Amino acid sequence: MKRHLISAADLTRDDAVLILDTAEEMARVADRPIKKLPTLRGRTICNLFFEDSTRTRISFEAAEKRLSADVINFAAKGSSVSKGESLKDTAQTLEAMGVDAVVIRHHASGAPYRLANSGWIDAPVINAGDGTHQHPTQALLDAFTMRRRLVGRDAGLGKGLDGRRITIVGDVLHSRVARSNVDLLHTLGAEVTLVAPPTLVPVGVENWPCEVSYSLDEVLPKSDAVMMLRVQRERMNAAFFPTEREYSRRYGLDGARMARMPEHAIVMHPGPMVRGMEITAEVADSDRCTVVEQVANGVSIRMAVLYLLLGGSEPAVTTSTAARTEENK
Amino acid sequence: MSKILIRGAQVLGGEAQDVLIDGETIAEVGAGLSAEGVDTVIEAAGQVLLPGLVDLHTHLREPGREDSETVLTGTRAAASGGYTAVFAMANTFPVADTAGVVEQVWRLGKESGYCDVQPIGAVTVGLEGKQLSELGAMHESAARVTVFSDDGKCVDDAVIMRRALEYVKAFGGVVAQHAQEPRLTEGAQMNEGTVSAELGLGGWPAVAEESIIARDVLLAEHVGSRVHICHLSTAGSVEIVRWAKSRGIDVTAEVTPHHLLLTDELVRSYNPVYKVNPPLRTERDVMALREALADGTIDIVATDHAPHPHEDKDCEWAAAAMGMVGLETALSVVQQTMVETGMLDWAGVAERMSFAPARIGGLSHQHGRPVSAGEPANLTLVDTSYRGLVDPAHFASRSRNTPYEGRELPGRVTHTFLRGRATVVDGKLA
Repeated sequence: MKRHLISAADLTRDDAVLILDTAEEMARVADRPIKKLPTLRGRTICNLFFEDSTRTRISFEAAEKRLSADVINFAAKGSSVSKGESLKDTAQTLEAMGVDAVVIRHHASGAPYRLANSGWIDAPVINAGDGTHQHPTQALLDAFTMRRRLVGRDAGLGKGLDGRRITIVGDVLHSRVARSNVDLLHTLGAEVTLVAPPTLVPVGVENWPCEVSYSLDEVLPKSDAVMMLRVQRERMNAAFFPTEREYSRRYGLDGARMARMPEHAIVMHPGPMVRGMEITAEVADSDRCTVVEQVANGVSIRMAVLYLLLGGSEPAVTTSTAARTEENK
Repeated sequence: MSKILIRGAQVLGGEAQDVLIDGETIAEVGAGLSAEGVDTVIEAAGQVLLPGLVDLHTHLREPGREDSETVLTGTRAAASGGYTAVFAMANTFPVADTAGVVEQVWRLGKESGYCDVQPIGAVTVGLEGKQLSELGAMHESAARVTVFSDDGKCVDDAVIMRRALEYVKAFGGVVAQHAQEPRLTEGAQMNEGTVSAELGLGGWPAVAEESIIARDVLLAEHVGSRVHICHLSTAGSVEIVRWAKSRGIDVTAEVTPHHLLLTDELVRSYNPVYKVNPPLRTERDVMALREALADGTIDIVATDHAPHPHEDKDCEWAAAAMGMVGLETALSVVQQTMVETGMLDWAGVAERMSFAPARIGGLSHQHGRPVSAGEPANLTLVDTSYRGLVDPAHFASRSRNTPYEGRELPGRVTHTFLRGRATVVDGKLA
């Protein structure tokens, strides 16, 4: 693996499968009475959040703590990218304090890339979401959830998602989740279709490794997983679509549409869900919807990523066995 | 005043000739001129002698952002790049929208001694696009402003643009438009296309430039005025200008050196040194711009020299300022992209970097003059065989935000003369 995790596109198939397999090991920790491994004891990780995020920050923090890392949370709440608030200065302060890794969430696309490649800091950088660019651990946890549901927990070890048909629906234009998922799912062998009104499809999408459709109804019957994206209401004011009602009619997922999906097919959502517009409560609360699993899997994936970037050279399974032994002493 | 003999230079890239400078003027041009009574002889065999370059689009930042550049440092940079005259854009603090501010810039240029500075006046008060500035007062000031621009911003209100075009006819002025439809470029960070989609950066679509150019050439035709289009960046813009010229519309256009060389692929580095407005476009656009410059559709090369201090670029992409310095590398980039590709000869370079910009800006009485006896001795001598890596540490500009650091570029200005006085000697500021 590379030293940093900036983009899902940076991951080879072997990298991605290793992370998913390692996450399966990490997931077992959650089933224990004491949900902790000593793997990153004495290591300091900073969660550098320039953008509000409850779900992702807590997920990373939980992962770090389960690996026994020391955690520093930096939340630049209410701040904006401005000259008064230099990412470089913040990074160098953290470097001086001796952090071993930085998890960064930033509203500017490319900020984690810049942090990792500008020479401002030596520590590994993990992108926890940057602007409309990438959110690689989200894509990994989505792939992990799909592999568990569509291939099977143990049966999935060592495997990708070859031949699985994944549909991603909604505001692709502004979605780092969609970008990350297209990259990673393609790497893992899945066939991805993006579904959105033409106004929410990026220019240049024809070069992406996926199909594009404007019709959700046509794609649903041949989907193994349907991932709904959040649509921000302010998009309506920018004339990306006429009304919420029209959007919901054409691209919302309700019970009737879900019934057109194959029986084994799952419904996914990166959260937070806005019920009513892109997904109805009936679908969100159904057994086929994996939103809660995705959250749980997020912790396992982030443990795996942190372990592999910081921990080291040995397979996680060895470490976890060692940890179990230690706990039993 | 001294006598200087430039011996054996290829005048405009042609035959080797000697040029004798006596005081502020060229005294004689010919073969085998005598060195008798001459104070300085410059052996220039193999070097190309051009009329002093003229930049119609420079940001000198003074008054207001002297941390980026001053008139003095900017004109020193200009002289280093072979320029003898620059037009200073109006987006200063305060904005150059009154006779007072343009006279201040003009006076600072006079005092600098390195380069003539011709201020550009703002079209609208505060560059806000709402109310016309006192265009006439700026023209009647000591600065004799003839070029007006809100550069950095587009005059997007069609009525204001129409009125400006009409108004400046009274004194032979020209409006230089920064063509950028504001609504289509809200949140724009780079060229809209494959790369922006991949990087998740807001796209600046080509049509935002092209739609304004189309509107403005039609407005210029309608009111019978002339319009100049700043920094063309797309193949579509070239087509519109070509069409407008074929129709007889009085339009001129410029291209920057960086739009002749660099593409949006470089933005993959997220290095803000490549962040510029209009943005770097695609290879197809670059090729169209080169062809248009070669065939005369695009009249001139202008630098859009936009200095920014280090801290304004040493940050994440979204926070970084737009713009790059260009005065000291422009001629090298043009040599590489146009001369060495066989698209322009040196006479063509002289036309596009000296004669034409002087004409468009109304400076033809002093600059962009033939290299002939009796003309002002505004001259640039270029060692075209030179090859070297760009090292911004040696720049005269106060800011170093160049996209060419570490890149090999050809050509080096060895001497620049402003009315007979050497401002650059052996590649160093005099």
